[in-house]
Amino acid sequence: MTAAPAVATAPQSVAFFSRLRNPLLAVLFPGAVLVIWHFATYGQKFTLIPPPSDVGVALWDLAFGGINDDAYSRTLHIHLLASLSRVYGGFAIALAVALPLGLLIGRIALVRQVLDPTLQVLRPIPVTAWLPLAMIMFGLGPRSAFFLVCLGAFYPILINTIFGVRTVDARLFEAASMLGCTGTAQFFRVVLPASLPAIFTGLRLGLGFAWVVIVVGEMTGVQTGLGAIIMEARQLSRTEIVICGMIVIGVAGFISDRLVMLIGKRLLRWSPNFA
Amino acid sequence: MPDTANPIVELLGVSKQFELQGQRIDALRDAHLRVKKGEFVCLIGASGCGKSTLLRIVAGFEAPTRGKALMWSMPITGPGPERGMVFQDYGLFPWLTVRGNIGFGPAARGRPAAEVRDTVERFITLVGLQRFADAYPHQLSGGMKQRVAIARVLANDAEIVLMDEPFGALDAMTRERLQDELLEIWQRTGLTVLFVTHSIEEAIFLGDRIVVMSPGPGRIETEIAVELPRPRAVVAADFNDLRRDLSQRLHSHHSRKAA
Repeated sequence: MTAAPAVATAPQSVAFFSRLRNPLLAVLFPGAVLVIWHFATYGQKFTLIPPPSDVGVALWDLAFGGINDDAYSRTLHIHLLASLSRVYGGFAIALAVALPLGLLIGRIALVRQVLDPTLQVLRPIPVTAWLPLAMIMFGLGPRSAFFLVCLGAFYPILINTIFGVRTVDARLFEAASMLGCTGTAQFFRVVLPASLPAIFTGLRLGLGFAWVVIVVGEMTGVQTGLGAIIMEARQLSRTEIVICGMIVIGVAGFISDRLVMLIGKRLLRWSPNFA
Repeated sequence: MPDTANPIVELLGVSKQFELQGQRIDALRDAHLRVKKGEFVCLIGASGCGKSTLLRIVAGFEAPTRGKALMWSMPITGPGPERGMVFQDYGLFPWLTVRGNIGFGPAARGRPAAEVRDTVERFITLVGLQRFADAYPHQLSGGMKQRVAIARVLANDAEIVLMDEPFGALDAMTRERLQDELLEIWQRTGLTVLFVTHSIEEAIFLGDRIVVMSPGPGRIETEIAVELPRPRAVVAADFNDLRRDLSQRLHSHHSRKAA
């Protein structure tokens, strides 16, 4: 805030603070929330929400053990791995179906006429509504979880792929055809690269949704996973474990999104919107 | 077979009508045009005179409603690499570098990679973009983009280059430089150019022949052979005489239309 007078006296410290400015601003709000949370809950006799320090201890115990030595101690890696495999597995299946389907719907009128109305009607049905049916079709356990996560990631990828294919600049088709690239060759040389930024936005949103629906996906009777321990700890009134699960999902989802963005920046260097 | 006596491109009574909101628009009516190999022909006229439609019919993007469009006496049935188009908005592939854009045609037509590479280097040098060979279109200025667009049709063995107001979006300095460069390439390679413009000066500076078109319905009004020696100076007296003459012809069409 008061950087101006410091410029004259100590330019080095100014550089130091300007580099720290963004991270500092980013932790300002959560820091404030933590403080309020602490004073609202710490030392209170009948509070349903545990103070942040309890959550911190529980998180440490969940990850490394040695404190509570109960059923949750040192189990974080098992649950995290289980959820990761479902998120990325479900996402991969969604990608494998939604990407080719989106390309076909976007490019071929007949496919669009046959499939698009059905898909548009199915789209507003929330993933939660699919839960009972998924458990009947795929049984209790991880297969239902895969299905639900896959469903969550499916539509963002599909919709954005269709959008990308449908909005390729007509000029580029003219340019390609006058250069001797016609017919199906245009698909790989023009349509696919031109719609890559939109497809990529779909992937990013899809992966985000996969994380969003992981808790619902793990309400299907699976024993492991971050969603599973959240639901289980809720029944045992272990609210600190519930909050631990929420924090881990948030952090894992954030890191996974950052990784996708890094890949995108590299792949889409040519696009002024990504570079 | 290509024959120098035959025109490279010929339009015989070409008309084009569009349907626009239930109304029939005469974009081009009964156009006759012969372009000889090696000629630089400019099409000039106010907007709506059908000059772009004519060019797009030669490119093969539009089919004539009536009449025949021929290249080497064969009907034009669609776009093809022997008729390279340079668009005002460049139409470069944003995901390809300068190299990739220039090599797009040869690569798409299945030329061996080594040959494509050689061709690309040759035409990058021709348009002087060696330093920007690996840049993407969004990193280039308008003048550089248009150089790439020209190089990519030349690299693809275009026999005739169709240019749709290619320098219209550029600043005056860049436009003059590109006009000079285009003339130099044209003279060096024996290319044929069909060039759409709305600038009288540009048409006189570049063209062997100027085809004057007028709107409502779009049609060819007259043709003028430009016999000024090259290089042409825009300040020369005979240049100015021609400019005045052309300006009057274009203007008279407006007043006739208004009347």
